[in-house]
Amino acid sequence: MADLPLTRAVRWDTVVGALLVVLLLASFSFVDGFGNALNLSFLLGNTLPIALIALPMTLLVVAGEIDLSVASTAGLSGAVMGSLWNAGMAIETIIPLCLVLGVLCGLVNGLLVTRLGLPSLAVTIGTMAAYRGIAQIILGSDAVTDFPSQYLDFAAGRIGDTFLPYAFLPFLALLAIAVVILHATPFGRSLFAIGANEEAARFAGIRVRRHKLWLFVATGLMASLTGVFWALHYASARYDNATGLELSVVAAVLLGGIDFDGGRGTLGGAIAGVFLLGALQNAMSLLNVSAQSQIVVTGVLLVVSVLGPRVARQIATARAGRQATIPSH
Amino acid sequence: MSAPALRRACLALAAVTSLALAATACGGTTKDSAKDDDAGTSSHAKADPGAATKKGLKVAFLPKQVNNPYFTTADKGGEKAVTELGSTYKETGPNSATDTSGQVSYVNTLTQQQVDAMAVSAQDPGALCTALKQAMKNGIKVVTYDSDTKPECRNAFVSQASAEALGRTQVQLLGEQTGYKGEIAILSAAQTATNQNTWIDFMKDELKKPKYKAMKLVKVAYGNDDAQQSFQQTQGLLQEHPKLAGIISPTTVGIKAAAQYLSGSKYKGKVALTGLGTPNDMRKYVKNGTVEGFELWDPAKLGELAARTAVALSSGQITGKEGETFKAGAMGTFTIGKDGVVDLGKPTVFDRKNIDDYHF
Repeated sequence: MADLPLTRAVRWDTVVGALLVVLLLASFSFVDGFGNALNLSFLLGNTLPIALIALPMTLLVVAGEIDLSVASTAGLSGAVMGSLWNAGMAIETIIPLCLVLGVLCGLVNGLLVTRLGLPSLAVTIGTMAAYRGIAQIILGSDAVTDFPSQYLDFAAGRIGDTFLPYAFLPFLALLAIAVVILHATPFGRSLFAIGANEEAARFAGIRVRRHKLWLFVATGLMASLTGVFWALHYASARYDNATGLELSVVAAVLLGGIDFDGGRGTLGGAIAGVFLLGALQNAMSLLNVSAQSQIVVTGVLLVVSVLGPRVARQIATARAGRQATIPSH
Repeated sequence: MSAPALRRACLALAAVTSLALAATACGGTTKDSAKDDDAGTSSHAKADPGAATKKGLKVAFLPKQVNNPYFTTADKGGEKAVTELGSTYKETGPNSATDTSGQVSYVNTLTQQQVDAMAVSAQDPGALCTALKQAMKNGIKVVTYDSDTKPECRNAFVSQASAEALGRTQVQLLGEQTGYKGEIAILSAAQTATNQNTWIDFMKDELKKPKYKAMKLVKVAYGNDDAQQSFQQTQGLLQEHPKLAGIISPTTVGIKAAAQYLSGSKYKGKVALTGLGTPNDMRKYVKNGTVEGFELWDPAKLGELAARTAVALSSGQITGKEGETFKAGAMGTFTIGKDGVVDLGKPTVFDRKNIDDYHF
């Protein structure tokens, strides 16, 4: 698709970015307590788990797959972290072990999808239940809360009196890496090809199965990293940590204009989607909108986000078509 | 993945694992070494018991879950007290009782809105700590009720009843109902549930007293707070121990399921059942003669005491230190115990005579 200024303006991810800017400006001016540094750090801190998993999830959805087990993987890595900590192991050992565990979880998903050719939706609904179950077996109904304070402070604290949480810096680095991978490497381009037409991609010599396997492994890794962050951010490792997070991630990614059928989307859009939902929720809470109404608003946004890109694309193709037929002066 | 790639991956995995294990060997931060990190953040303010009760305060209630009948009743009690004291009440909170991150963001929102005090029922002892400390740093008084956080993360905890009182009174109640003799069993929630296990320990201790010498605890069963499992466990208990005289179920789900089983079986009215339940769940079984009496604290009173504690803190009458006392309206005078805990007192027993006075 040609990136003419007009078609660019109606691209859904640009729309979401613009919506985010409008929402932020409106909240700064009209919502009491929104603009101060403390609140902004709350907003970023609460949105960070979603943002972290959204990075690999975007790549996965672009390639036409999905992983619904991410929240359970996060819960499992939190549960393992808690029980190893209770057993007296050093936190510096536990964290890498949790990340390895995440890689294994991702590997299981990836092998089931790529080797057995099962649909990722079905596979990861299964492992979603399985990983959560294992987490409960490992930790029971305990909550482990006594992690070392320097780690808790890193996960929950902010830099001085600014609005930036410490943990936001590593996220920015990861975001940069993900952007480069998706938008500036042959690997990233091949993901779009796989998502658009897997068969064609295979004939073009793209190693579809291996690429997908790597994506699942990366998603597992990021999910377990999120689990570790979650347990430290909320100073609480429980088997039911991050319950429902997968839906927030998928919602944000779809809102950001990543096509559910694969082949289309940008990381910028996905991240704008993540923070649009986060900022909206924060502003609604400050305005005393009840939790129930917040759910309704989020739901409506989701439906719009699935419809929106399709409409935007149709407008874009219609415009492109018209431009092609207008004779040049 | 092709074979060499698989081998490479395994190698990498092994490398990372051994690195991690090596890190353990070289020490690092463990549970034991981190023990003394946490210095308490107790307030240095002085309490002035004679201070006037402030009016026009903003007091917020943040239950584990909104629209849950138990918390609705508790928070209504809080609302009544806050309004009586001339302050403004509001309730906010998550839809789900396991949405910890949601509860944290509600605490943060209340901090942003600069309420004067908040009463929180914590979903989790640790998760709210950072947010609550942040709130206290901003001058907000924090009371936990029903479910506590770590002591340094709030000014006071309003406890529904001490674990000891709950454990012992349930045995006393069953003793009265069975004439202090026969085999008894306990139907608990999960085997790992901390509060249940503490109560059960006090029950066992109470049973050691001479007046219970003809009562014998034959089994502790676990229904995992699941209606169906609790129902089956009750059935199993009675098959295994046909001479069972009574069951104690210290969980609202368990006692309801047990009552449901008993009321439909030949054991109705013959096997005594008591424990912790809510009047709305149990009304039917009390009226049809399956259950003579059971107990629970009165959540409305719990909410009221939480509200009065919050206002007393905001007015400077107390700071949350052990030994301070404050007046809680018609409820009388309360003393703050160890770790800033205020006990509501003995649980309320519900029976045929009074059950219709309660709706939760």
